[in-house]
Amino acid sequence: MTIAVKTFARLAEAASALSTERGARFLAGGTLVMRAVNEAEPSIETLVRSTDPSFVGIAVTSGRVELGAGVTMAAILGERELAFLHPVARAVGGPAVREAATIGGNLFAPSPYGDFASALLALDATVTLAGGYGQRELSLEEFLGRRERGASLVSSIAFKRPANEVFRFTKVTRVHPKGLSVLAIAAQLPLANGRIAGPRIAYGAMGRMPLRAKAAERALEGRPLEDNAIAPALAVAADGTSPLDDAIASAWWRREILPIHLRRLLLGAGRS
Amino acid sequence: MKTSIQFRLNDEEVATFADSGSNLLDVLREGIGDLSVKGGCWQGTCGTCTVLVDGMPRLSCVTLAESCEGKSIETVAGLRQGAKLHPLQTAFMERFAAQCGYCTPGMLMAAKALLDREPNPTRENVVDAICGNICRCTGYEPIIAAVLDAARAAPRRS
Amino acid sequence: MLEMRKDIFADERADNLKEVGQPTQRQDMLGHVTGTSAYYDDHRFANLLHLKILRSPHAHARIRSIDDAAASRAPGVKRIIRAADVPVNLNTLLSLIQFGKDDEPSLATDVVRYKGEPILGVVATSERAAREALELVRISYDPLPAVFDVEEALKPGAVSVNPVYPKNTFEYHGKYDHQKLRFGAVEQAFAQADFVSEERYQMSPIEHAPTETNGSIAVPDTNGRFTVYTSTQALFFSLDTSAKINAMPSNQLHFIGGTVGGGFGGKVDTLTEPLAILAARLTGAPVRYRLSRHEEMQFGSPRGAERIYVKDGVMRDGRIVARQVRAYFDAGAYTRLSSYAVVKCVAHIPGPYTIPNVHADVFCVFTNRTPATAMRGFGVTALDFALECQMDKDAVAIGMDPLEFRLLNAYRDGDMKAHRREAKNCALIECAQVAAEKANWPLRDEFRKMSSKKDGGAERAGVADRTRMSTPAAPVRTGTSAPQRVTYERPAGSTSPPPIQSTPPATPPAGSTHGVRRFSSVFGTRRR
Repeated sequence: MTIAVKTFARLAEAASALSTERGARFLAGGTLVMRAVNEAEPSIETLVRSTDPSFVGIAVTSGRVELGAGVTMAAILGERELAFLHPVARAVGGPAVREAATIGGNLFAPSPYGDFASALLALDATVTLAGGYGQRELSLEEFLGRRERGASLVSSIAFKRPANEVFRFTKVTRVHPKGLSVLAIAAQLPLANGRIAGPRIAYGAMGRMPLRAKAAERALEGRPLEDNAIAPALAVAADGTSPLDDAIASAWWRREILPIHLRRLLLGAGRS
Repeated sequence: MKTSIQFRLNDEEVATFADSGSNLLDVLREGIGDLSVKGGCWQGTCGTCTVLVDGMPRLSCVTLAESCEGKSIETVAGLRQGAKLHPLQTAFMERFAAQCGYCTPGMLMAAKALLDREPNPTRENVVDAICGNICRCTGYEPIIAAVLDAARAAPRRS
Repeated sequence: MLEMRKDIFADERADNLKEVGQPTQRQDMLGHVTGTSAYYDDHRFANLLHLKILRSPHAHARIRSIDDAAASRAPGVKRIIRAADVPVNLNTLLSLIQFGKDDEPSLATDVVRYKGEPILGVVATSERAAREALELVRISYDPLPAVFDVEEALKPGAVSVNPVYPKNTFEYHGKYDHQKLRFGAVEQAFAQADFVSEERYQMSPIEHAPTETNGSIAVPDTNGRFTVYTSTQALFFSLDTSAKINAMPSNQLHFIGGTVGGGFGGKVDTLTEPLAILAARLTGAPVRYRLSRHEEMQFGSPRGAERIYVKDGVMRDGRIVARQVRAYFDAGAYTRLSSYAVVKCVAHIPGPYTIPNVHADVFCVFTNRTPATAMRGFGVTALDFALECQMDKDAVAIGMDPLEFRLLNAYRDGDMKAHRREAKNCALIECAQVAAEKANWPLRDEFRKMSSKKDGGAERAGVADRTRMSTPAAPVRTGTSAPQRVTYERPAGSTSPPPIQSTPPATPPAGSTHGVRRFSSVFGTRRR
């Protein structure tokens, strides 16, 4: 059986097609979906695409960032205003993958992929879903919790722009300069009077999908970013994680090295 | 269901019919007959099938061929001008930057994407440009040296 | 850049050679950089069919039933290939040199023994059609207990993996369950050694992951022959194996290869050619059998995992007086080349060091893992890793510089090796000296002056009279009060006897009646 490819000018139409066509899958950059098509995954019968300009739009104001879900890693790297996200976008594949891979697609990437999604989780992003009957907004956390339940079309992603120096990201790989995640850590670390106030930390590859480091966040609250002050956070760094055993690393190893890399990130000594 | 696909390949108009949903790699090799493009994984992980689409590097194995309608594709088959090798090809030969040769077409196109935009790359630029391309013979150092050589050899290009 | 050290290798080669030692462009380089080198899959044929294989999802299971009715009716399907279609459905690669018993089916019959084992083939007009048809095949399995650990596999009552070798060990010379090396008397030497170190080393399987996956295209010729375009690293080996499995004379096969997209040992197993040829015979059309990347990783044979125990006896003055190695090679479910890897391993023990008491037992073990094969120095690489780790630990234990420790024990010309062969053309000392110099590694003067050509042989490492192994002849040179020194003392009365020819049990191959008798660890004694 061959695949049907259907291209729509408007995202809303694409979203309708996605829910009505048989075996429909939305195709953005293709790095995940074309692989499944190449392997003749039986569940895919229709590829739905959209040429909607809003899908690749980038809107950056002083306080807010709104990105079309079809924005590629390369487009992020081409946007000077998004310099804080460049280390994250650069961590996703080589140049050819970055030309194709979209931030929307990254939200669906199974572990150990999905580094960008963990950054967006740390940024407390909201996700807008396109539907035949209108749009719907939900938190990224809520979205990830239900991403495997049924087809949904992410149209855009938005978040508050972090103040300078507040956002940090690190990715640990076995292969250099580029490889799959042993783990990734993204963090917003706002300081008030030299102490952490309202931190938000997210991990990649520490579970089936990106997840928050809630115990570590609580332990960091009100603390300065100093070696002994962060020790309690490091002690609970792996709480609530459920990393996978895969070809890149064992779950044990991931848990074991997580505090080391979290420490480096917090003390500003990590690679980024 | 066959669908017609037309694009520019190495500055020539080409067209073919292919199964809908085909990837660009299979269309280039099976449909058009450009065997200079090699496939390594068909899952977007090895970089072997790298081609340029409108000047930018893309993994042809995970690129929907229909999405390239009307675009300009470059492969290693179009790299040399007649008998004259591209500076990258000369440098790869001189630097012994190919062993089994299977990753070489992808490496060359990834490197060309870099040099077309950045005629004077740093070593770091080169490493980044080829970081998605696996050379399982692990000849990365000669490849990096060759790309740097090629950049130095072609300073007059605009 | 190649640097020929004439002071060390004066007699290695002449200086007036035109090509050797001179940089020369490869003949295939222009093809590589222009994308015109023709790999096996760069040949095009009208009406090419595609073979895809259904593989076991279980590490060990009995096949109860196979229902391929729906698959055979699926769009584009030209032929289902079942185990019964394979003319000779049991083979072992080294049967071509009469080594080992046929133990591996091309398509599993009643039992699958590793995850990824081929069961059934679908030949269709496209890879996609073949993949979709595979989804329609229904197989009913009874999962069986599996064994994944080499030592577990050797315990009494362990799951039997391969019925040809029910005790889970390869059989050498028709009766031995492992390869042995006996030289001197290690137990006595351990008892007298100043330090005894014992360590366990566990390797992982390594996939070659060539960028071009294994594959081949078999094309029916008009004269009854088949032309086979293949990624093989071992063209005639693959040709003969394919001829055997297809029960056809090898002159009906014309293999074209040579341009290989990376092999590293992973393309010697003839994984695709026999079934591609069979499919071409059964359909009368050209057939391509190309492994997907996933198949290459799951089914393509890796470097085998070895478990190696090393026990050393070391004197305070730096001499290694005993080395015992016990190793288990994980062959996976079928032999492939692991039996030979074991032979290579034993031939390499105890490493490039002169040690008077050596004892080794190395097993080729079957488990329910992907069959292992050749990879870059297989049999030796892992052993060297283990031995050199052990050397470092030994050196630390006796407080000696690790490089000087190696220089002290390195083979020298005239030394007797544990295999009862004289060491010749030794250069480890010289190589290590040059490496130390380049790395600014400080060596004491006496070590800088050491030479492979000096002080070897009788005084240092001759063999005492031990015509048979029953004589525990050589736990000598272990005196605990010995000062640090660089030459070995020999026990009184020790002379330099000729090397002893061991007498292996296997009968030599018939045929040749000329030449001298010679021992081969694969064949036993044979004539040359």
